[in-house]
Amino acid sequence: MAGDASKVLSNDVLWGGGRSPFSISYGKMMMWFFLVSDALTFSGLLVAYGFTRHSTTEAWPIGEEVFRALPFLNGNFPLIYVALMTAILIFSSVTMVLAVEAGHRMDKKGVIKWLFLTVIGGAFFVGSQAWEWSHFIHGGGGYITTTTGAKYWVHNDAHDTHDPTAHDSFHLVPAAAGHYLIAEEGAHHLDKAASMKIWDDRVAYIDGANMDRNEYGPTQYANFFFFITGFHGFHVFSGVIINLIVLIMVIKGVFHRRGHYEMVEKAGLYWHFVDLVWVFVFTFFYLL
Amino acid sequence: MERDDIIEYSLDSHHSEEVGRKMRRTIWMVTALLAVITTVEVALGAYWKEWMPHSWNMVKWTFVVLTLVKATYIVMTFMHLGDERRNIRAIILLPYGLFILYLLFVAIWEANYLRWLWEMFL
Repeated sequence: MAGDASKVLSNDVLWGGGRSPFSISYGKMMMWFFLVSDALTFSGLLVAYGFTRHSTTEAWPIGEEVFRALPFLNGNFPLIYVALMTAILIFSSVTMVLAVEAGHRMDKKGVIKWLFLTVIGGAFFVGSQAWEWSHFIHGGGGYITTTTGAKYWVHNDAHDTHDPTAHDSFHLVPAAAGHYLIAEEGAHHLDKAASMKIWDDRVAYIDGANMDRNEYGPTQYANFFFFITGFHGFHVFSGVIINLIVLIMVIKGVFHRRGHYEMVEKAGLYWHFVDLVWVFVFTFFYLL
Repeated sequence: MERDDIIEYSLDSHHSEEVGRKMRRTIWMVTALLAVITTVEVALGAYWKEWMPHSWNMVKWTFVVLTLVKATYIVMTFMHLGDERRNIRAIILLPYGLFILYLLFVAIWEANYLRWLWEMFL
């Protein structure tokens, strides 16, 4: 690790001037340069999100109201699922750094164990993101707008958004102004007859999310969600593939014969970076 | 395919059992810290507003600070940038930091002005 300036380095490591100014290998330095450029891309996306959010005059959705569902469970769990995803990714980052540490001791078994756990954690994260996308796209029930510009949430016990009026439990709830995803405390639920009357006069029925419109808020909100988490998810997916390839090479003993496990370190840098990006996405997209 | 035009070398990619034990302890300490910070963030995000509805701005800045703390630990410990030489640390962090701070300032400033315009004239 420590790049000690007074340390004697072997000749094939030195640069043309007879020194190794950074005392870091070529591969690691190039990985760092790539990560800086990638970090600029992600920062650009998040800054664009901030720009849109600060310049919009519409009410902007709040993370803990949009993301409050868990698979297989009914109820209100604000941000718990996203926190779980964050925990999975941080955990897989920890197993990665432990794999790198094992590699420094030439402990092949240790590297295999920790790198395998890293791949599993990454796969779990990608799967979680798929569920979150699906939930986001399908939505919670949606809303209708009327000719007077009023807005009503659509409810039915079956969470049916194709034909919500087909259920006896179908009813509408008038939406509160401002931020609006959860009905106001004690909001008046209209009975089915009254709901049907408003339903028949609806101007638009908006449920779930697509690139044009979504039930959560401004169009750009869903677009940024798709682009930022999608771009990050693709990074995680690539990271899982890279880690898998490195794992296979470790099992085949390629790095043991080479005498060092620096490839694990380079893949690790990329993997930690993916985790780092998620820390920022988590704060700036979900929390703020 | 093996390439012979690349000199395959590594620097500082070995350490002893002793150093390894110390490193593992640091890794688990940082893990605990990151877990605690994330838990605190979620609790603040989900419940703070109900407890104290008027201090949301302060919570937002707490989030930003906690995120930067997390990022510092990930970069310095997990990515071992804290163990590299000072000049490599500088050429990675300084240009990026300068550019992003400037971009943030410009974007947020302009966005606020734009919203002001729309609210005034639309």
